[in-house]
Amino acid sequence: MLAKRIIPCLDIKDGQTVKGTNFLNLREAGDPIELGKMYSEQGADELVYLDITASHEGRKTFTELVKRIALEINIPFTVGGGINELKDVDRLLNAGADKVSVNSAALRRPELIDEIARNFGSQVCVVAIDAKCEDDNVHENGDPRIDGEWRCYVNGGRVPTEYNLFSWAKEVNERGAGEILFTSMNHDGVKRGFADAALRKLADTLTIPVIASGGAGTKEHFRDTFVNGHSDAALAASVFHFGEIPIPELKQYLMAEGVNVRM
Amino acid sequence: MNVAIVKYNAGNIGSVENAVRRLGIEPTVTDVPELICGADRVIFPGQGEARSTMAYLKAHRLDEVIVGLKQPVLGICIGMQLLCRHSEEQDTDCLGVFDAEVKRFVPKVHEDKVPQMGWNTIEDLKSPLFAGLGKSVADAEGTMMANGGKGGGKPDFVYFVHSYYVPLCDATIATTNYIQPYSSALHKGNFYATQFHPEKSGTVGERILKNFIELV
Repeated sequence: MLAKRIIPCLDIKDGQTVKGTNFLNLREAGDPIELGKMYSEQGADELVYLDITASHEGRKTFTELVKRIALEINIPFTVGGGINELKDVDRLLNAGADKVSVNSAALRRPELIDEIARNFGSQVCVVAIDAKCEDDNVHENGDPRIDGEWRCYVNGGRVPTEYNLFSWAKEVNERGAGEILFTSMNHDGVKRGFADAALRKLADTLTIPVIASGGAGTKEHFRDTFVNGHSDAALAASVFHFGEIPIPELKQYLMAEGVNVRM
Repeated sequence: MNVAIVKYNAGNIGSVENAVRRLGIEPTVTDVPELICGADRVIFPGQGEARSTMAYLKAHRLDEVIVGLKQPVLGICIGMQLLCRHSEEQDTDCLGVFDAEVKRFVPKVHEDKVPQMGWNTIEDLKSPLFAGLGKSVADAEGTMMANGGKGGGKPDFVYFVHSYYVPLCDATIATTNYIQPYSSALHKGNFYATQFHPEKSGTVGERILKNFIELV
């Protein structure tokens, strides 16, 4: 049986991780490779590196970084941020990334998904979706109702689109994406759990794996998204970077709870 | 130790090159028959589709070169499938080193997603390729050897990305369960092959690559 995956996400600017960490034992806490290696040794199943640099020079730095990551890291890793066209995908895969994550560019021009799948295979194509439930009618735990209007956003969650989460996810699936990385803007940063109701609806209707993102605060939240949200993988940043949830401890807990994880 | 990695029109070759480098060996990535034949070890890696990769191998005469190799050879992912007799993927005749048919996964329930993508376990390990892994390991003649040090019978997870699989057969040296039990590794003579990606499988994968390099 396939294991449920735990995926730390690292935001990169000018070749360095952006969010602070309290891993004082690292020689250089901001070094994306040292951090990635440490996560890998702790049992992370994959890594995501997101380039949040806006400049052309920053892109070049990121590509060089991807080459170094590929040389040093022995688990799969996905890169994302600023991928607008096929030649960006080609550049990053050539540098050694296993998968690329596209977000705004796919919403602006959905054919990009077909092109990536056709040229490089579905397995390299992760489509990230940022969506927000614009419905005040929420459950007691703050989880938006799944039948509320979930709207997709672009440009890092700043600009709303006309796309509904579930219809866009279905289209992404049909166009040949390999995975969907869904971030609930209602849950992101709040640390009260993942958007499990919406995730479950995605996982139960799509034929590709769904990665849960946004809302991790406790170990129980990870269990809940695997058990109740039917998520195939869970992504988080700050709970890992600040050492709030050590990955070995998280995996021990999940295994004890009956979740199939790689130990 | 001279390790050649077969260069052809499949993806993911750079990852294997990097993994061999992490073992302290600088491999030669090449499609030159003399360099492939002259190497101590040959890795036939890749990620891709059977028909176009097979056509490329034939056009470059690499099919004959690979089948004729006498040193230890390791096929990885599509490399393993191409070493079989035939693939259902676009009805492709392959190299025929392993007398096996490559089939497409047919999902039984919604959770059976195709491709299988992620970490799964390898069991029933029957080759020195897996020395130090699993509860116990048998050598090529089937003699049981003591656990090489891992202990505890901890399952060995490795990383898979594939839509086609090889059923269990005489050459099976590792079994994985996805939809049904199938061959996650094969061995016949000097040919070894894994359906999973050792180059992306953390310390377990590193051990398997190291075992392959150190085969006697």
